[in-house]
Amino acid sequence: MTRLFILLAGLVAALFVASLVVGPAQIGVAQSLRALVAGGEGPVTLVMREIRLPRAVLALLIGGSLGLAGAAMQGYLRNPLADPGLIGVSGSAALGAVLAIQTGFAAGFAFGLPLAALAGALAGVLLVLVLAGPGGSSLTLILAGIAISALAAACTALVLNLSPNPFAANEIVFWMMGSLADRSMVHVWIALPLIVLGALMLATLARGLDALTLGEDAAEAMGIGLRRMRLTLIFGTAAVVGASTAVAGAIGFVGLVVPHLLRPFVGAQPGRLLWASALGGAAMLLAADIAVRMILPDRDLKLGVVTALIGAPLFLHLIYRTRREGL
Amino acid sequence: MTLLRLTGFGVTLGKRDILRGIDLKVREGELVGIIGPNGAGKTSLMRAALGLTQRIGQSSVAALSPRARGRAVAWMPQSREIAWPVTVEPLVMLGRTPHLGAGQRPSAADLAAVDRAMQRMDLDAFRGRTATRLSGGEQARVLIARALAQETPLMMADEPIAGLDPAHQLATMQSFADLAQEGHSVIVSLHDLGLAARHCTRLIVLDQGGVAADGPPLEVLTADLVRRVFGIRAYLEMTPDGLVFQPLEVVA
Repeated sequence: MTRLFILLAGLVAALFVASLVVGPAQIGVAQSLRALVAGGEGPVTLVMREIRLPRAVLALLIGGSLGLAGAAMQGYLRNPLADPGLIGVSGSAALGAVLAIQTGFAAGFAFGLPLAALAGALAGVLLVLVLAGPGGSSLTLILAGIAISALAAACTALVLNLSPNPFAANEIVFWMMGSLADRSMVHVWIALPLIVLGALMLATLARGLDALTLGEDAAEAMGIGLRRMRLTLIFGTAAVVGASTAVAGAIGFVGLVVPHLLRPFVGAQPGRLLWASALGGAAMLLAADIAVRMILPDRDLKLGVVTALIGAPLFLHLIYRTRREGL
Repeated sequence: MTLLRLTGFGVTLGKRDILRGIDLKVREGELVGIIGPNGAGKTSLMRAALGLTQRIGQSSVAALSPRARGRAVAWMPQSREIAWPVTVEPLVMLGRTPHLGAGQRPSAADLAAVDRAMQRMDLDAFRGRTATRLSGGEQARVLIARALAQETPLMMADEPIAGLDPAHQLATMQSFADLAQEGHSVIVSLHDLGLAARHCTRLIVLDQGGVAADGPPLEVLTADLVRRVFGIRAYLEMTPDGLVFQPLEVVA
């Protein structure tokens, strides 16, 4: 178990450094790291501190968030096909962002876009809570999430449909593909508190998720408060996924594939899968964001497109393996 | 000492009364069998007594805080759920959940409790196996071991021996009887009246929304009660090998 932790943490650290030294500005590895740490005047320090550092930090935070939330969601629903977007937060955050772009709020106000997306996420999670209720079964939570996701998607499509401005429509489509390009440290400061808060909430679920392996009845009889777990899960997921979507757009498949991929390595225990999946998600998103910059450096390849391109075949393989092993 | 006390207890589902007017006490050292036809409310009674569903009246166990209840009663539900392909030992360790503080690792005492539970259920050979790949009966034994590892004064199990082979049915009932001898109490619901008659120290018969009989097996399983509640005729005899109950035929 500690070996897996060291392996994943090492991978994340290596990819984080790689993410810092890869970019269109051809700067040597030693020079760029020195500029980052030592500072000083000059363009290299500026590139490192204002462009590459926020990008690498955001990839770390958002990848970790999606992996963690995915593992928590799968553990709570006891379903390996659950995804952090299931409760409708990413869809409603996207709707908030789309409205901000369409109305010009995003252009007129410095950080209007991420703030509008956060407002959308908050509205989405409140609606899900009203629909699903604080108690109730996991099925009502899934149904409420699907309803909110569908509604948000329909409203997003409606905005695109009625958009009189082709540039805004274009911007919306590109934003929805998800990207970490051109993000600043302010984006980090917007996302960081929510992601830390949400991650701490989700981390408290470990023991309850383990107990839920035996079913809701057995877990409750062992002193696990299901109602509180459910609220913690919803708010924790909403905080990390809402903040992630707000600054990076919709990035799919990380929260779905990473927990599934790492489950055999933690003995399938949902509690341990939380931290493993957080590290794995960070590694996957850092790697994907490096790939975006390496494969087509001049074409602005979108991060969400790459994670989907990596994730979908991997997912198909996992389905095949699941069928074969009855896992 | 009373481990479970129900007073004026009942269960309602929607507007329908499933059970009502139940008063009973379970003391230490008892192996209580809850019997009754399908739909008599055996599961409902146990779940409501634990405080897991809507109830009316008082239950001493449901009144406890969730954590205290986890240390007072172990519950083995009828549905044998194992959601993930976990190995047997960590699965049995889940029974220690109510004894562990937040973030606390299992102590030597916890590991010893898990070992005792696995030995009782004859699971030493399965320690490192993946629980979801075991047969249904083997999974049932793993889940009983999980409940045993909780090491609570009272254990409640909903049809724990359904689907076990005869040797393990007998062995499981015997380990419940051993627990009762050691001063714990066990409440089990079961359909096998032969095993119930042989191993339980007390039988509670549920029928028509209430307790139809409550007492030692020989006094409870009268020809009249068996015909009235189960609609069968049966052979009941105290033999040198203990009490023997064998259902014979359905009576109109």
